[in-house]
Amino acid sequence: MILYLLRRLAVTAAILLVICAATFAIFYLMPADPAQGACGKACSPERITEIRTTLGLNHSPLSQFGDYLTGIVSGRTYGTGEHAVNCPFPCLGFSFQTNQPVWQMLTSRLPASFSIAVGAAVLWLAVGVAAGVVSALRCGSLWDRAAMTAALGGVSLPIYFTALVLQYLLVVQLDLLPYPQVEPLTTDPVGWAQSMVMPWITLAMLYAGIYARVTRGEMLESLGQNYVRTARAKGLPEITVVRRHALRPALMPIVTIFGMDLGALLGGALITESVFGLPGVGKLAADAISSADQPVILGVTLFAASFVVLANLLVDLVYAVLDPRVRAVG
Amino acid sequence: MTLLTVRDLAVEFRSGVRAVDGLDLDLDTGRVLGVVGESGSGKSVTSLAVLGLLRDAQVSGEIRFDGQELTALDRRALRRLRGNRIAMIFQDPLSCLNPYYSVAFQIAEAYRAHHRAGRKQAHRVAVRMLDRVGIPEPERRARCYPHEFSGGMRQRVMIAMALCLEPDLLIADEPTTALDVTVQAQILQLLRELREEAGTAIMLITHDMGVVAGLADQVVVMHQGRAVERGPVRDVFHRPQEPYTRGLLACVPRIDGPLPDRLPTLGAIT
Amino acid sequence: MDEDDQRDERAADRSPLLEVRNLVKRFPVRHGLTQRLAGHVAAVDGVSLTVGPGETLGLVGESGCGKSTVAKLITRLERPTSGSIHFAARDLAGLNETALRPLRRDLQMVFQDPFSSLNPRHTVRQILAGAYRYQGLEPDQPAEELLARVGLEAGHADRHPHEFSGGQAQRIGIARALALRPKLVVCDEPVSALDVSVQAQILNLLRDLQDEYGLSYLFIAHDLGAVRQISTRIAVMYLGSVVETADRDTLFAQPAHPYTHALLSAVPLPDPDLEASRERIVLHGDLPSPLDPPSGCRFRTRCLKADELCAAERPQLRTIALGQQVACHYPERTP
Repeated sequence: MILYLLRRLAVTAAILLVICAATFAIFYLMPADPAQGACGKACSPERITEIRTTLGLNHSPLSQFGDYLTGIVSGRTYGTGEHAVNCPFPCLGFSFQTNQPVWQMLTSRLPASFSIAVGAAVLWLAVGVAAGVVSALRCGSLWDRAAMTAALGGVSLPIYFTALVLQYLLVVQLDLLPYPQVEPLTTDPVGWAQSMVMPWITLAMLYAGIYARVTRGEMLESLGQNYVRTARAKGLPEITVVRRHALRPALMPIVTIFGMDLGALLGGALITESVFGLPGVGKLAADAISSADQPVILGVTLFAASFVVLANLLVDLVYAVLDPRVRAVG
Repeated sequence: MTLLTVRDLAVEFRSGVRAVDGLDLDLDTGRVLGVVGESGSGKSVTSLAVLGLLRDAQVSGEIRFDGQELTALDRRALRRLRGNRIAMIFQDPLSCLNPYYSVAFQIAEAYRAHHRAGRKQAHRVAVRMLDRVGIPEPERRARCYPHEFSGGMRQRVMIAMALCLEPDLLIADEPTTALDVTVQAQILQLLRELREEAGTAIMLITHDMGVVAGLADQVVVMHQGRAVERGPVRDVFHRPQEPYTRGLLACVPRIDGPLPDRLPTLGAIT
Repeated sequence: MDEDDQRDERAADRSPLLEVRNLVKRFPVRHGLTQRLAGHVAAVDGVSLTVGPGETLGLVGESGCGKSTVAKLITRLERPTSGSIHFAARDLAGLNETALRPLRRDLQMVFQDPFSSLNPRHTVRQILAGAYRYQGLEPDQPAEELLARVGLEAGHADRHPHEFSGGQAQRIGIARALALRPKLVVCDEPVSALDVSVQAQILNLLRDLQDEYGLSYLFIAHDLGAVRQISTRIAVMYLGSVVETADRDTLFAQPAHPYTHALLSAVPLPDPDLEASRERIVLHGDLPSPLDPPSGCRFRTRCLKADELCAAERPQLRTIALGQQVACHYPERTP
């Protein structure tokens, strides 16, 4: 098991390295001159040369990539002498726009993204799985058809549409909620929850639909298994049959997609955060893209990718715990 | 004493297929009734109908077990009967055991569904049952998962699960079909022993005339949802009255006796 | 027996159609997370067989004994690790697919599951034509004619596999195998997926076709009754090796290997009186893991006769009677 973990960690690190290289390559190939971006509009040629030196832009691409990696692992120093700027570990560079360290920007945006993602995940998991289970048990019934139609609707509605409709209804028309803004959970839990309700519902509507459909399909499959018939033949109460023998196997694929979805969302819910103006990682990415803030874009991409890759690793570990057959192979 | 009486059983699936059509069966306490037929004869559907395990199907007729009319029982009463007084084992033991739980858990679960018993006590029952059905090192094997067992051992686990509550009736649906012939001999031997020791009546559903000959007292030959011939196993095997029974007996190539140049066949090319 | 017959028989003995010598197939076993090579499992471990012209060799054994791997090796769907497969004066063992192609005309196969071996998107006509296309030939007989030979109707030619019953689909599989008029057909469990009455029809069909075209069969099955019905000679496999070969009647009347004996006694007989009175040898335990086979005789862990010699020395096949060979230190029948 420990060997398995080490091997998986090594693979994870390798994947992150590849992602790092790919993102770096893309930004290197972009036509925009990073020095120009760093300097701003009114900028003298001398200043640009100076910035190029400081950022190491006149080195070869490979050595720039090496410097970038070194920065992430152990921090680095830009420039030399009195102009030297120290960028502590983990260094993802400085924003061209604000001159803040990218890492600091990311971590300051994380609580908002985290609140949105985790809250929405709890909501969609509860609603989606429950709806899927009930649909599977009453397959073909009116409830089943209604729930699946609703699920399809949830999946099809674009986030910005749902978000705007919710905002219009709950904030403008009914005045039930304040306009979303992040209140810290520690000082104002009620305000925090109020500000998060709309993003949660918006995201959960999208995901709950997917989860309901997947759960329904998996449940129908596991309900048809021979061991479910055995469980009934043993005289187990139907609720035990469903919970223990049908739902548990059906949850395995849900664990997989849940890990992926949550991982992706922790790296920023770009549209949701932008629509509600919440200062999460996704909003940071959107802003960075619109202002061509290359170090930030690079940082966010890597950051989001690591969440997905780590979630993937976690899913595999959970699988090994949940499924004795995987354990045997592992 | 009559344990199970089936009268005029009919099963019609929602698709309109009439799988069983006017079937009568009688099984005495402690006896073995062989139900033989080819695929589609309705033999497996009959067994599921007795336990009330059929879904999407219309079941009519009488199924009387130990004086109770099963078709009239509510779900709760029927559930109390299942596993407890009527147990069932199936053809493919791998797919019939849940891969996510240890075999001891799955046996203990059956026990606890009908007895007030703690986890530890039920686990002890499970280990004892595994020992009884001939699984070596039952203490250690109890914690193993179904995929860690061979086909024959899995069927032993299924039998242990079925017998842990000492049922009056064991329905065995093709219990040896998925197994190799030497393993099949082991399982048949086990069923013979259990029947002698515990006096469990067995409804043995199979396509294999040899398996019926070795285990059953009475036999019913089914074809297209109906019983075409019934009687004591000796009579049916030595003096079959119906052409279908004669054909079924003759078309199986045997390992003993004269060797026909061509095997007799039943009806048209199918 | 007159002189001509004797001469024919000697000629047949001298040049069997198929001669397999010391066939071995080892599969790598990878272990743990690094998928490092943990060793090899010998699925087939030194098998020798011969099939004469017009003969049917039955190959029996329980699951995991390697009989299906033997079929795949002989038809070269798998490459043997070592050993030779002499067929039509060539050794198939080392040939590549290009060199094998012309030889495949004479060496065809019928599979267990007729549906999964027929392309569901093709009509029967296309399936049958495929046999020729692989050889770069034009069909020399219409599909209808081939279907008639296996007992199907001309109208079936333009249907798809799913429109047929299991027995009919198996007939199509046989028709495809026969299209190129092969000399040897390897049948891997051709009847075990079928209902008993359909099994009888397919066994009869195989017999008729053999009489008509002088085919040879290698008939692989676990059902001893079916093997007896169709075979002229029988080889019994256990854990990768042949433990006994004998003429059909000898094998069933006087089995020499304790495993053959146990196997025969385990087959249920459709006769309640015989079942009540017969001697039963119930083997204990399961097949040992081929990953870690027992030393010496592979069968010794389940054999009542086993002693130190069986653990120390692996018995080789030796002739104990005319047409009967056994690999056992203590055969049931002595020479």
